[in-house]
Amino acid sequence: MNKVLVAGKINGTVLKSKDSINFLGTVDKKTGIISDKNHDLYDKSLKNSILVFPSGIGSSVGAYTIYSIKSNDAAPLAMICQKADLTVATGCALANIPLIIISDEEFSSLENGMKISLDTENSNPIVHQ
Amino acid sequence: MELTREEESALKGEQGETMQMAYRILVATGEATDAEKLIPIEWTHLSGVNYNTIGDAGEEFLSSISKDARVKVKTTLNPMGFDIDNVSNYGLDENFISKQLSIKNSYETMGVTPSFSCIPYEIYDIPKNGTQVAFAESNAAIHANSYDDLKTNKESAFSALASALTGKSPNSSIRKEDTPNVTINMKIKNPNELSYGMLGFFAGKVGDTSVNISGLSNMDNRQQKAMCGGMGTSGTCAKFIFGDGDSDCEKIDFDEKELQNVHDELNTAENGDIITLGSPQLGLEEITELTQKLKGRSFKKRCMVFTPRTVKVQMQKLGYTNQLERAGCEILSDCCTCLTPLINKDNVDAVTTNSIKGAFYLKNSNKVDVNLKPLSQIIEDETK
Repeated sequence: MNKVLVAGKINGTVLKSKDSINFLGTVDKKTGIISDKNHDLYDKSLKNSILVFPSGIGSSVGAYTIYSIKSNDAAPLAMICQKADLTVATGCALANIPLIIISDEEFSSLENGMKISLDTENSNPIVHQ
Repeated sequence: MELTREEESALKGEQGETMQMAYRILVATGEATDAEKLIPIEWTHLSGVNYNTIGDAGEEFLSSISKDARVKVKTTLNPMGFDIDNVSNYGLDENFISKQLSIKNSYETMGVTPSFSCIPYEIYDIPKNGTQVAFAESNAAIHANSYDDLKTNKESAFSALASALTGKSPNSSIRKEDTPNVTINMKIKNPNELSYGMLGFFAGKVGDTSVNISGLSNMDNRQQKAMCGGMGTSGTCAKFIFGDGDSDCEKIDFDEKELQNVHDELNTAENGDIITLGSPQLGLEEITELTQKLKGRSFKKRCMVFTPRTVKVQMQKLGYTNQLERAGCEILSDCCTCLTPLINKDNVDAVTTNSIKGAFYLKNSNKVDVNLKPLSQIIEDETK
């Protein structure tokens, strides 16, 4: 069962992380590059991706980091998570980045590099291109 | 979530960009917490004040929205980075000070009460039982739900701000009936505030939105605050309920082994170069008690004491400030141990504290080592 937290419509390429993301500690506020050496997406930029990851973790102030990468034109086009958390939900809402929560099954079916269209108005929001 | 016609119009942007942003945040919060509608709230408490935590983007954002955003309900505020009365003693750079003052100014322009405190439940009158509020400071949200008969989400900085600007919050599950599926049995004998802080830290990791705790004896104010602070630090849990819970609840013991695990995770030094007290900030009751305990004694090293400004004014009148300063305490209002820029790893290797919450942030954000001790032990070891 899908849950739309921030509505929107966008086409893009999946950047998938197995690890959850602590936006406050590990994402560069200006470049959107992941700086944590132990992270699945180390040294990768989130910019213009459709970011697929389990959930946000850590400080609620991470919401300000999401807003910051959007202001610096380094944010993902959209985010897709397995579990809702208020830090990512409100960060995306403020930065106006589409955000949906999907089932574990659907989450497993998304792979790095896939081209997809996301339309939160659609009952089947993810369409593979 | 169902919206009224007026709320829909705000979400479409018909009441301006700021209201549109606020409603977008509330809708996302509501969907994330399974709420069916928005309800009025009477008091919000905001986080996202210290320049160390929100940075340039936060400062610019607040400066920009403060041009037209105004709070609709009573709104109080978390600590900032320093105490304006003595900031010149701490060698902070000009940029930090000017950005921090800009943040302060933006909140005041929006109509926020500049309380700079993480213990709103102790310095303001508590509204009547069951009142809906929106508290972003985690220890305050948990205290409000668990001790003060108020109802709040464990808000994020943005969800609390959106509630302040609209006077509304999603009617989430935690605001209605909630039945935890986990019960933690407290088995530590003769616990002090440190044990309760560790119990909270442990419970926050295993609980979802709420948790039952059994086996608690009467706790004093300091122990209650320690437990709320510990729980708020480690997870998403917003409330604890005293008792065994339903028979089908998963039962988990908190015994010496679990206590030791938390201790080993957060205690990284045998000794501290300085001492900090107040995370959450100390209220008048704790300040009074500290003054009595320190009669005829003085600290052998620096001891920073964090307290709200309202308490600082009261303690001055009562003569406690002089007594504590004679005992070697530095009294700081408007700020707190958490992410304080006043403790810098260039000058300090390790800090002694009785706060689990303080320990977590000192270790992970200030990158200094931490030595954990209960207050009674700190006074015994560190004063003469």
